[in-house]
Amino acid sequence: MPTITYVLKDGNTKTVAAANGKTLMEVAIAGNVRGIDAECGGCCSCATCHVYIDEAWLDMLPTPDEMEDELLEGVAAARTDFSRLSCQIVISDALDGMVVRVPEKQG
Amino acid sequence: MADLVIIGASYAGTQLALAARANGFAGNITMVGDEPHPPYQRPPLSKAFLRNEVDASSLPLQSPERFAEERITLRTGVTALRIEREGRKVELSDGSEIGYAHLAFTTGARCRTLTCEGAGLGNVHYLRNLADACAIRDAASRSRTAVVIGGGFIGLEVAAALRTLGVEVAVVEMQDRLLQRAVPPLISTFLMRAHAHQGVRFHLSSRVRRLLGHGSVEAIELESGEVIAADMVVAGLGVVPNVELAQACGLVVDNGIVVDRYARTSDPRIVAAGDCAAYPNPWLNAVGQGVGPDRCMRVESIQSANDLARVAAATLAGRATPYEAVPWFWSDQYGYKLQMAGASTGHEQIVLRGDMESGKFTALYLRDGTLIGADTVNRPIDHLAARRLIAARVRPDPMALQDESIPLKSLAAA
Repeated sequence: MPTITYVLKDGNTKTVAAANGKTLMEVAIAGNVRGIDAECGGCCSCATCHVYIDEAWLDMLPTPDEMEDELLEGVAAARTDFSRLSCQIVISDALDGMVVRVPEKQG
Repeated sequence: MADLVIIGASYAGTQLALAARANGFAGNITMVGDEPHPPYQRPPLSKAFLRNEVDASSLPLQSPERFAEERITLRTGVTALRIEREGRKVELSDGSEIGYAHLAFTTGARCRTLTCEGAGLGNVHYLRNLADACAIRDAASRSRTAVVIGGGFIGLEVAAALRTLGVEVAVVEMQDRLLQRAVPPLISTFLMRAHAHQGVRFHLSSRVRRLLGHGSVEAIELESGEVIAADMVVAGLGVVPNVELAQACGLVVDNGIVVDRYARTSDPRIVAAGDCAAYPNPWLNAVGQGVGPDRCMRVESIQSANDLARVAAATLAGRATPYEAVPWFWSDQYGYKLQMAGASTGHEQIVLRGDMESGKFTALYLRDGTLIGADTVNRPIDHLAARRLIAARVRPDPMALQDESIPLKSLAAA
Protein backbone atom coordinates (compact mmCIF):
# COMPACT_ATOMS: atom_id res chain seq x y z
CA MET A 1 0.00 0.00 0.00
CA PRO A 2 1.51 3.37 -0.99
CA THR A 3 2.25 5.87 1.75
CA ILE A 4 1.89 9.62 1.47
CA THR A 5 3.64 12.13 3.72
CA TYR A 6 1.80 15.35 4.51
CA VAL A 7 3.80 18.30 5.79
CA LEU A 8 1.48 20.17 8.15
CA LYS A 9 1.13 23.90 8.78
CA ASP A 10 3.22 23.67 11.95
CA GLY A 11 6.03 21.91 10.06
CA ASN A 12 5.34 18.48 11.54
CA THR A 13 4.80 15.61 9.15
CA LYS A 14 2.20 12.88 9.07
CA THR A 15 2.67 9.76 6.98
CA VAL A 16 -0.48 7.92 5.99
CA ALA A 17 -1.09 4.60 4.23
CA ALA A 18 -3.15 5.23 1.09
CA ALA A 19 -5.28 2.75 -0.83
CA ASN A 20 -4.95 2.82 -4.60
CA GLY A 21 -7.90 4.51 -6.26
CA LYS A 22 -8.60 6.87 -3.36
CA THR A 23 -7.88 10.54 -3.80
CA LEU A 24 -5.18 12.46 -1.98
CA MET A 25 -7.99 14.38 -0.24
CA GLU A 26 -9.79 11.22 0.94
CA VAL A 27 -6.52 9.82 2.26
CA ALA A 28 -5.91 13.05 4.18
CA ILE A 29 -9.38 13.02 5.77
CA ALA A 30 -9.20 9.33 6.68
CA GLY A 31 -5.70 9.86 8.07
CA ASN A 32 -6.71 12.82 10.25
CA VAL A 33 -4.46 15.26 8.40
CA ARG A 34 -5.36 18.77 9.54
CA GLY A 35 -5.71 21.69 7.17
CA ILE A 36 -7.52 20.07 4.24
CA ASP A 37 -11.11 21.25 4.50
CA ALA A 38 -12.68 19.75 1.36
CA GLU A 39 -16.01 21.45 2.00
CA CYS A 40 -17.62 20.10 -1.17
CA GLY A 41 -16.69 16.50 -0.46
CA GLY A 42 -14.38 16.04 -3.40
CA CYS A 43 -16.69 17.34 -6.11
CA CYS A 44 -14.12 19.84 -7.44
CA SER A 45 -16.32 22.77 -6.46
CA CYS A 46 -14.82 24.65 -3.56
CA ALA A 47 -11.01 24.98 -3.78
CA THR A 48 -10.57 24.12 -0.07
CA CYS A 49 -8.44 20.98 -0.48
CA HIS A 50 -5.42 22.82 -1.88
CA VAL A 51 -1.98 21.24 -1.40
CA TYR A 52 1.56 21.87 -2.66
CA ILE A 53 3.12 18.80 -4.30
CA ASP A 54 6.80 18.18 -3.61
CA GLU A 55 8.86 19.03 -6.68
CA ALA A 56 10.17 15.48 -7.07
CA TRP A 57 6.65 14.14 -7.57
CA LEU A 58 4.99 16.90 -9.56
CA ASP A 59 5.86 15.51 -12.98
CA MET A 60 4.41 12.11 -12.10
CA LEU A 61 0.92 13.60 -11.88
CA PRO A 62 -1.39 14.19 -14.83
CA THR A 63 -1.72 17.94 -15.40
CA PRO A 64 -4.82 19.61 -13.94
CA ASP A 65 -7.89 19.63 -16.15
CA GLU A 66 -9.53 22.92 -17.06
CA MET A 67 -11.93 22.88 -14.09
CA GLU A 68 -9.19 22.22 -11.53
CA ASP A 69 -6.94 24.80 -13.18
CA GLU A 70 -9.66 27.46 -12.82
CA LEU A 71 -10.44 26.55 -9.23
CA LEU A 72 -6.75 26.78 -8.36
CA GLU A 73 -6.97 30.45 -9.31
CA GLY A 74 -9.33 30.86 -6.37
CA VAL A 75 -7.41 29.11 -3.59
CA ALA A 76 -7.03 31.06 -0.35
CA ALA A 77 -3.26 30.60 0.02
CA ALA A 78 -0.84 31.56 -2.75
CA ARG A 79 -1.06 29.47 -5.93
CA THR A 80 2.33 28.23 -7.06
CA ASP A 81 3.56 25.89 -9.80
CA PHE A 82 3.21 23.12 -7.21
CA SER A 83 -0.42 23.81 -6.32
CA ARG A 84 -3.03 21.10 -6.87
CA LEU A 85 -6.48 20.24 -5.54
CA SER A 86 -6.04 17.04 -3.57
CA CYS A 87 -9.52 15.78 -4.49
CA GLN A 88 -8.39 15.45 -8.10
CA ILE A 89 -5.29 13.33 -7.52
CA VAL A 90 -5.84 9.58 -7.55
CA ILE A 91 -3.43 7.41 -5.58
CA SER A 92 -1.46 4.68 -7.36
CA ASP A 93 1.65 2.64 -6.58
CA ALA A 94 3.66 5.12 -8.62
CA LEU A 95 2.96 7.77 -5.98
CA ASP A 96 4.32 5.68 -3.08
CA GLY A 97 6.36 7.98 -0.85
CA MET A 98 4.98 11.23 -2.27
CA VAL A 99 5.38 14.33 -0.11
CA VAL A 100 2.75 17.09 -0.12
CA ARG A 101 2.58 20.27 1.90
CA VAL A 102 -0.62 21.64 3.47
CA PRO A 103 -1.08 25.40 2.80
CA GLU A 104 -1.41 27.93 5.59
CA LYS A 105 -5.12 28.45 4.88
CA GLN A 106 -8.00 27.08 2.80
CA GLY A 107 -10.84 29.55 3.15
CA MET B 1 -22.50 16.03 33.12
CA ALA B 2 -21.91 16.67 29.45
CA ASP B 3 -21.45 20.31 28.70
CA LEU B 4 -22.51 20.44 25.05
CA VAL B 5 -24.93 17.99 23.51
CA ILE B 6 -25.45 18.16 19.76
CA ILE B 7 -28.50 16.43 18.33
CA GLY B 8 -27.86 15.49 14.72
CA ALA B 9 -24.59 14.16 13.31
CA SER B 10 -24.15 15.46 9.81
CA TYR B 11 -22.50 18.63 8.44
CA ALA B 12 -23.86 21.16 10.92
CA GLY B 13 -23.35 18.93 13.95
CA THR B 14 -19.81 17.98 13.00
CA GLN B 15 -18.81 21.53 12.13
CA LEU B 16 -20.37 22.82 15.35
CA ALA B 17 -18.45 20.31 17.45
CA LEU B 18 -15.10 20.99 15.76
CA ALA B 19 -15.60 24.75 15.70
CA ALA B 20 -16.56 24.78 19.40
CA ARG B 21 -13.18 23.17 20.15
CA ALA B 22 -11.39 25.57 17.80
CA ASN B 23 -13.03 28.41 19.75
CA GLY B 24 -11.65 27.05 23.00
CA PHE B 25 -14.77 25.31 24.31
CA ALA B 26 -13.36 23.06 27.03
CA GLY B 27 -16.34 21.01 28.25
CA ASN B 28 -17.48 17.60 27.13
CA ILE B 29 -19.06 17.40 23.68
CA THR B 30 -21.46 14.62 22.76
CA MET B 31 -22.95 14.34 19.30
CA VAL B 32 -26.00 12.11 18.84
CA GLY B 33 -26.95 10.76 15.40
CA ASP B 34 -29.81 8.45 14.46
CA GLU B 35 -28.04 6.86 11.50
CA PRO B 36 -25.74 3.90 12.15
CA HIS B 37 -22.75 5.62 10.46
CA PRO B 38 -20.42 8.34 11.65
CA PRO B 39 -20.93 11.63 9.74
CA TYR B 40 -20.40 11.29 5.97
CA GLN B 41 -20.28 13.31 2.77
CA ARG B 42 -23.69 13.66 1.15
CA PRO B 43 -23.08 15.44 -2.18
CA PRO B 44 -21.62 12.31 -3.83
CA LEU B 45 -24.79 10.35 -2.96
CA SER B 46 -26.65 11.91 -5.88
CA LYS B 47 -23.58 12.00 -8.13
CA ALA B 48 -20.45 9.79 -8.17
CA PHE B 49 -21.82 7.31 -5.60
CA LEU B 50 -24.96 6.65 -7.68
CA ARG B 51 -22.77 6.21 -10.76
CA ASN B 52 -20.74 3.53 -8.90
CA GLU B 53 -17.59 5.66 -9.11
CA VAL B 54 -17.00 5.87 -5.36
CA ASP B 55 -18.05 3.60 -2.52
CA ALA B 56 -19.03 4.29 1.07
CA SER B 57 -15.43 4.00 2.26
CA SER B 58 -14.70 7.31 0.52
CA LEU B 59 -17.43 9.20 2.33
CA PRO B 60 -16.44 9.81 5.98
CA LEU B 61 -16.57 13.50 6.84
CA GLN B 62 -13.82 13.16 9.47
CA SER B 63 -11.72 10.29 10.73
CA PRO B 64 -12.66 8.59 14.02
CA GLU B 65 -9.18 9.63 15.20
CA ARG B 66 -10.07 13.29 14.69
CA PHE B 67 -13.22 13.01 16.84
CA ALA B 68 -11.18 11.24 19.52
CA GLU B 69 -8.42 13.86 19.46
CA GLU B 70 -10.98 16.63 19.81
CA ARG B 71 -12.69 14.74 22.64
CA ILE B 72 -15.98 14.59 20.76
CA THR B 73 -18.10 11.61 21.80
CA LEU B 74 -20.10 10.27 18.91
CA ARG B 75 -23.22 8.26 19.69
CA THR B 76 -24.58 6.81 16.45
CA GLY B 77 -27.72 4.77 15.92
CA VAL B 78 -29.43 6.65 18.74
CA THR B 79 -32.40 9.01 18.50
CA ALA B 80 -33.12 11.87 20.88
CA LEU B 81 -36.68 11.39 22.09
CA ARG B 82 -37.31 14.27 24.45
CA ILE B 83 -35.68 17.39 25.82
CA GLU B 84 -36.32 18.45 29.36
CA ARG B 85 -35.28 22.09 29.40
CA GLU B 86 -35.81 22.72 33.10
CA GLY B 87 -33.69 19.77 34.16
CA ARG B 88 -31.42 20.35 31.13
CA LYS B 89 -31.33 16.80 29.91
CA VAL B 90 -31.92 14.80 26.75
CA GLU B 91 -33.66 11.43 26.74
CA LEU B 92 -32.29 8.99 24.19
CA SER B 93 -33.88 6.00 22.45
CA ASP B 94 -31.48 3.58 24.16
CA GLY B 95 -33.01 4.52 27.51
CA SER B 96 -30.16 6.73 28.64
CA GLU B 97 -30.18 10.43 29.49
CA ILE B 98 -27.52 13.07 28.92
CA GLY B 99 -27.38 16.30 30.86
CA TYR B 100 -26.34 19.51 29.13
CA ALA B 101 -25.22 23.02 29.84
CA HIS B 102 -25.59 23.88 26.15
CA LEU B 103 -27.69 22.13 23.56
CA ALA B 104 -27.51 22.31 19.76
CA PHE B 105 -30.17 21.24 17.29
CA THR B 106 -28.64 20.10 14.02
CA THR B 107 -31.44 17.69 13.26
CA GLY B 108 -31.60 18.37 9.52
CA ALA B 109 -34.60 17.59 7.38
CA ARG B 110 -36.34 14.62 5.86
CA CYS B 111 -37.78 14.03 2.41
CA ARG B 112 -41.29 15.12 1.64
CA THR B 113 -43.08 11.99 0.47
CA LEU B 114 -45.74 11.20 -2.11
CA THR B 115 -49.29 10.97 -0.82
CA CYS B 116 -51.09 9.86 -3.96
CA GLU B 117 -52.56 6.42 -4.58
CA GLY B 118 -49.82 3.85 -5.06
CA ALA B 119 -47.25 5.82 -3.07
CA GLY B 120 -46.61 2.77 -0.92
CA LEU B 121 -45.61 0.50 -3.83
CA GLY B 122 -42.17 -1.07 -3.94
CA ASN B 123 -39.29 0.57 -5.80
CA VAL B 124 -40.49 4.09 -5.00
CA HIS B 125 -37.45 5.93 -3.68
CA TYR B 126 -36.39 9.16 -2.02
CA LEU B 127 -32.83 10.37 -1.57
CA ARG B 128 -31.52 11.83 1.63
CA ASN B 129 -29.04 9.42 3.17
CA LEU B 130 -26.62 6.63 2.40
CA ALA B 131 -29.24 3.89 2.76
CA ASP B 132 -31.47 5.70 0.24
CA ALA B 133 -28.58 6.03 -2.22
CA CYS B 134 -27.71 2.34 -1.89
CA ALA B 135 -31.34 1.41 -2.58
CA ILE B 136 -31.48 3.64 -5.68
CA ARG B 137 -28.18 2.32 -6.99
CA ASP B 138 -29.37 -1.22 -6.48
CA ALA B 139 -32.73 -0.54 -8.14
CA ALA B 140 -31.00 1.14 -11.09
CA SER B 141 -29.02 -2.01 -11.79
CA ARG B 142 -32.29 -3.90 -12.25
CA SER B 143 -34.30 -1.21 -14.08
CA ARG B 144 -34.72 -0.31 -17.71
CA THR B 145 -37.01 2.67 -17.14
CA ALA B 146 -37.28 5.24 -14.37
CA VAL B 147 -39.53 8.17 -13.63
CA VAL B 148 -38.14 11.02 -11.59
CA ILE B 149 -40.81 13.11 -9.89
CA GLY B 150 -39.61 16.66 -9.28
CA GLY B 151 -37.30 18.78 -11.42
CA GLY B 152 -35.24 20.20 -8.58
CA PHE B 153 -31.58 19.53 -7.81
CA ILE B 154 -32.07 16.04 -6.40
CA GLY B 155 -34.37 15.01 -9.24
CA LEU B 156 -32.05 16.32 -11.93
CA GLU B 157 -28.87 14.89 -10.42
CA VAL B 158 -30.54 11.49 -10.04
CA ALA B 159 -31.85 11.75 -13.61
CA ALA B 160 -28.31 12.47 -14.86
CA ALA B 161 -26.80 9.60 -12.87
CA LEU B 162 -29.47 7.15 -14.05
CA ARG B 163 -28.94 8.18 -17.68
CA THR B 164 -25.22 7.67 -17.26
CA LEU B 165 -26.03 4.14 -16.04
CA GLY B 166 -28.11 3.55 -19.17
CA VAL B 167 -31.58 3.75 -17.60
CA GLU B 168 -34.33 5.45 -19.65
CA VAL B 169 -35.51 8.47 -17.67
CA ALA B 170 -38.60 10.67 -17.71
CA VAL B 171 -38.83 13.69 -15.39
CA VAL B 172 -42.20 14.96 -14.18
CA GLU B 173 -42.33 18.53 -12.84
CA MET B 174 -45.35 20.52 -11.62
CA GLN B 175 -43.94 23.91 -12.65
CA ASP B 176 -43.46 25.01 -16.23
CA ARG B 177 -39.70 24.95 -15.88
CA LEU B 178 -36.94 23.15 -13.95
CA LEU B 179 -35.39 24.45 -10.72
CA GLN B 180 -38.00 27.14 -10.55
CA ARG B 181 -37.19 28.20 -6.99
CA ALA B 182 -33.43 28.21 -7.46
CA VAL B 183 -32.47 29.72 -10.80
CA PRO B 184 -33.82 32.12 -13.45
CA PRO B 185 -35.37 30.76 -16.66
CA LEU B 186 -32.19 30.97 -18.74
CA ILE B 187 -30.44 28.43 -16.51
CA SER B 188 -33.55 26.20 -16.44
CA THR B 189 -33.59 26.21 -20.22
CA PHE B 190 -29.90 25.45 -20.48
CA LEU B 191 -30.14 22.45 -18.14
CA MET B 192 -33.28 21.12 -19.74
CA ARG B 193 -31.51 21.10 -23.12
CA ALA B 194 -28.53 19.32 -21.59
CA HIS B 195 -30.79 16.60 -20.22
CA ALA B 196 -32.84 16.34 -23.41
CA HIS B 197 -29.58 15.92 -25.33
CA GLN B 198 -28.85 12.91 -23.10
CA GLY B 199 -32.26 11.45 -23.90
CA VAL B 200 -34.24 12.49 -20.81
CA ARG B 201 -37.91 13.14 -21.57
CA PHE B 202 -39.73 15.90 -19.70
CA HIS B 203 -43.31 16.34 -18.56
CA LEU B 204 -43.52 19.94 -17.33
CA SER B 205 -46.62 21.54 -15.80
CA SER B 206 -47.62 17.98 -14.92
CA ARG B 207 -48.91 16.43 -11.74
CA VAL B 208 -48.85 12.80 -10.78
CA ARG B 209 -52.32 11.35 -10.23
CA ARG B 210 -51.25 7.89 -9.02
CA LEU B 211 -48.63 5.20 -9.17
CA LEU B 212 -49.60 1.93 -10.78
CA GLY B 213 -48.28 -1.55 -10.13
CA HIS B 214 -48.65 -4.85 -8.32
CA GLY B 215 -46.42 -4.88 -5.28
CA SER B 216 -43.78 -2.91 -7.09
CA VAL B 217 -44.30 0.22 -9.17
CA GLU B 218 -44.78 -0.37 -12.89
CA ALA B 219 -45.97 2.99 -14.20
CA ILE B 220 -47.15 6.41 -13.16
CA GLU B 221 -50.29 8.12 -14.32
CA LEU B 222 -50.35 11.89 -14.75
CA GLU B 223 -53.35 14.14 -14.11
CA SER B 224 -53.60 14.42 -17.90
CA GLY B 225 -54.28 10.69 -18.06
CA GLU B 226 -50.94 9.93 -19.69
CA VAL B 227 -49.27 6.78 -18.38
CA ILE B 228 -45.47 6.47 -18.25
CA ALA B 229 -43.82 3.09 -17.71
CA ALA B 230 -41.43 2.97 -14.76
CA ASP B 231 -39.47 0.06 -13.30
CA MET B 232 -38.49 2.47 -10.54
CA VAL B 233 -39.53 5.90 -9.29
CA VAL B 234 -37.40 8.48 -7.51
CA ALA B 235 -39.27 11.41 -5.99
CA GLY B 236 -37.40 14.61 -5.22
CA LEU B 237 -40.16 16.72 -3.70
CA GLY B 238 -38.15 18.83 -1.29
CA VAL B 239 -37.72 18.37 2.44
CA VAL B 240 -39.50 18.90 5.74
CA PRO B 241 -37.32 20.21 8.58
CA ASN B 242 -36.95 17.99 11.65
CA VAL B 243 -38.36 20.42 14.19
CA GLU B 244 -40.71 18.23 16.22
CA LEU B 245 -38.31 17.73 19.12
CA ALA B 246 -37.65 21.46 19.35
CA GLN B 247 -41.34 22.20 19.11
CA ALA B 248 -42.20 19.67 21.81
CA CYS B 249 -39.86 21.35 24.27
CA GLY B 250 -41.39 24.74 23.55
CA LEU B 251 -38.84 26.46 21.33
CA VAL B 252 -40.12 28.94 18.78
CA VAL B 253 -40.57 27.15 15.44
CA ASP B 254 -41.74 28.76 12.23
CA ASN B 255 -41.01 26.45 9.32
CA GLY B 256 -37.59 25.89 10.93
CA ILE B 257 -36.27 26.27 14.46
CA VAL B 258 -36.11 30.05 14.71
CA VAL B 259 -32.68 31.48 15.56
CA ASP B 260 -31.16 34.94 15.41
CA ARG B 261 -28.03 35.95 13.50
CA TYR B 262 -25.99 34.39 16.33
CA ALA B 263 -27.74 31.01 15.87
CA ARG B 264 -29.51 31.40 19.25
CA THR B 265 -32.96 29.89 19.68
CA SER B 266 -35.59 31.32 22.00
CA ASP B 267 -33.74 29.51 24.85
CA PRO B 268 -30.34 31.13 25.51
CA ARG B 269 -28.79 27.73 26.25
CA ILE B 270 -29.83 26.28 22.91
CA VAL B 271 -28.50 26.97 19.40
CA ALA B 272 -29.53 25.50 16.06
CA ALA B 273 -27.87 25.20 12.65
CA GLY B 274 -28.25 23.38 9.35
CA ASP B 275 -31.36 22.52 7.38
CA CYS B 276 -33.55 22.55 10.51
CA ALA B 277 -32.75 26.18 11.42
CA ALA B 278 -34.54 29.31 10.19
CA TYR B 279 -32.33 32.39 10.44
CA PRO B 280 -32.07 35.89 9.03
CA ASN B 281 -29.79 35.60 6.00
CA PRO B 282 -28.62 39.08 5.00
CA TRP B 283 -27.97 38.10 1.38
CA LEU B 284 -31.19 36.29 0.64
CA ASN B 285 -33.54 38.59 2.52
CA ALA B 286 -32.34 41.91 1.16
CA VAL B 287 -33.59 41.03 -2.29
CA GLY B 288 -37.06 39.69 -1.60
CA GLN B 289 -39.98 41.94 -2.39
CA GLY B 290 -41.31 43.53 0.79
CA VAL B 291 -39.18 41.27 2.99
CA GLY B 292 -37.49 42.80 5.99
CA PRO B 293 -33.90 42.03 6.89
CA ASP B 294 -34.91 40.05 9.99
CA ARG B 295 -37.19 37.55 8.34
CA CYS B 296 -36.04 34.02 9.14
CA MET B 297 -35.63 31.48 6.41
CA ARG B 298 -34.20 28.01 6.04
CA VAL B 299 -31.34 27.52 3.62
CA GLU B 300 -30.70 23.93 2.60
CA SER B 301 -27.04 23.71 1.73
CA ILE B 302 -23.71 22.54 3.05
CA GLN B 303 -22.43 26.11 3.00
CA SER B 304 -25.29 27.25 5.21
CA ALA B 305 -24.89 24.26 7.55
CA ASN B 306 -21.16 24.85 7.96
CA ASP B 307 -21.26 28.61 8.27
CA LEU B 308 -24.22 28.78 10.66
CA ALA B 309 -22.65 25.99 12.74
CA ARG B 310 -19.45 28.06 13.01
CA VAL B 311 -21.57 31.01 14.16
CA ALA B 312 -23.33 28.80 16.74
CA ALA B 313 -20.01 27.46 18.02
CA ALA B 314 -18.62 30.98 18.45
CA THR B 315 -21.78 31.95 20.33
CA LEU B 316 -21.40 28.99 22.70
CA ALA B 317 -17.78 29.88 23.31
CA GLY B 318 -18.75 33.43 24.27
CA ARG B 319 -17.41 35.01 21.10
CA ALA B 320 -20.67 35.79 19.35
CA THR B 321 -20.30 37.12 15.80
CA PRO B 322 -23.28 37.39 13.48
CA TYR B 323 -23.88 35.20 10.41
CA GLU B 324 -22.58 37.04 7.36
CA ALA B 325 -21.40 34.44 4.81
CA VAL B 326 -22.53 34.76 1.19
CA PRO B 327 -24.61 31.69 0.27
CA TRP B 328 -23.25 29.33 -2.37
CA PHE B 329 -24.31 26.01 -3.77
CA TRP B 330 -23.46 23.73 -6.65
CA SER B 331 -24.80 20.88 -8.74
CA ASP B 332 -23.09 18.48 -11.15
CA GLN B 333 -25.11 17.09 -14.04
CA TYR B 334 -23.33 15.19 -16.82
CA GLY B 335 -20.27 17.30 -17.65
CA TYR B 336 -21.84 20.50 -16.39
CA LYS B 337 -20.95 22.07 -13.09
CA LEU B 338 -23.54 24.64 -12.07
CA GLN B 339 -22.40 26.89 -9.23
CA MET B 340 -24.60 29.50 -7.59
CA ALA B 341 -23.54 32.40 -5.41
CA GLY B 342 -25.68 34.97 -3.62
CA ALA B 343 -29.27 35.38 -4.76
CA SER B 344 -30.86 35.39 -8.17
CA THR B 345 -34.40 36.20 -7.09
CA GLY B 346 -35.19 39.92 -7.03
CA HIS B 347 -32.70 40.87 -9.72
CA GLU B 348 -33.45 43.71 -12.13
CA GLN B 349 -30.77 42.98 -14.67
CA ILE B 350 -28.96 39.89 -15.94
CA VAL B 351 -25.53 40.25 -17.51
CA LEU B 352 -24.33 37.25 -19.49
CA ARG B 353 -20.61 36.60 -19.63
CA GLY B 354 -19.60 34.09 -22.26
CA ASP B 355 -21.67 32.12 -24.72
CA MET B 356 -24.34 29.75 -23.39
CA GLU B 357 -23.99 27.59 -26.49
CA SER B 358 -20.38 26.85 -25.53
CA GLY B 359 -21.56 25.24 -22.29
CA LYS B 360 -19.30 27.56 -20.31
CA PHE B 361 -20.80 30.83 -19.15
CA THR B 362 -21.71 33.06 -16.22
CA ALA B 363 -24.98 34.86 -15.52
CA LEU B 364 -24.61 37.82 -13.15
CA TYR B 365 -27.58 39.36 -11.34
CA LEU B 366 -27.81 43.04 -10.47
CA ARG B 367 -30.26 44.95 -8.33
CA ASP B 368 -30.03 48.74 -7.99
CA GLY B 369 -26.65 48.44 -9.68
CA THR B 370 -25.30 46.10 -6.98
CA LEU B 371 -24.16 42.59 -7.80
CA ILE B 372 -26.44 40.27 -5.77
CA GLY B 373 -25.82 36.88 -7.34
CA ALA B 374 -24.16 34.82 -10.03
CA ASP B 375 -24.80 31.43 -11.60
CA THR B 376 -21.92 29.86 -13.47
CA VAL B 377 -21.73 26.81 -15.69
CA ASN B 378 -18.25 25.26 -15.93
CA ARG B 379 -16.69 28.53 -14.82
CA PRO B 380 -15.44 27.93 -11.28
CA ILE B 381 -13.08 30.90 -11.51
CA ASP B 382 -16.04 33.25 -12.04
CA HIS B 383 -17.95 31.57 -9.23
CA LEU B 384 -15.17 32.11 -6.72
CA ALA B 385 -14.65 35.70 -7.87
CA ALA B 386 -18.39 36.41 -7.75
CA ARG B 387 -18.60 35.24 -4.13
CA ARG B 388 -16.03 37.85 -3.18
CA LEU B 389 -17.64 40.59 -5.27
CA ILE B 390 -21.08 39.91 -3.78
CA ALA B 391 -19.62 39.99 -0.25
CA ALA B 392 -18.04 43.36 -1.06
CA ARG B 393 -21.38 44.64 -2.41
CA VAL B 394 -19.69 45.97 -5.54
CA ARG B 395 -21.54 48.07 -8.10
CA PRO B 396 -19.78 46.95 -11.27
CA ASP B 397 -20.09 48.43 -14.74
CA PRO B 398 -22.28 45.91 -16.61
CA MET B 399 -20.14 46.36 -19.73
CA ALA B 400 -17.06 45.32 -17.78
CA LEU B 401 -18.91 42.31 -16.31
CA GLN B 402 -19.67 40.90 -19.72
CA ASP B 403 -16.18 41.57 -21.11
CA GLU B 404 -14.39 38.24 -20.83
CA SER B 405 -11.01 39.88 -21.33
CA ILE B 406 -11.45 41.50 -17.91
CA PRO B 407 -11.08 38.98 -15.03
CA LEU B 408 -14.08 39.22 -12.69
CA LYS B 409 -11.90 39.45 -9.63
CA SER B 410 -10.29 42.63 -10.97
CA LEU B 411 -13.67 44.35 -10.54
CA ALA B 412 -13.44 44.15 -6.77
CA ALA B 413 -12.62 47.84 -6.44
CA ALA B 414 -15.43 48.94 -8.77
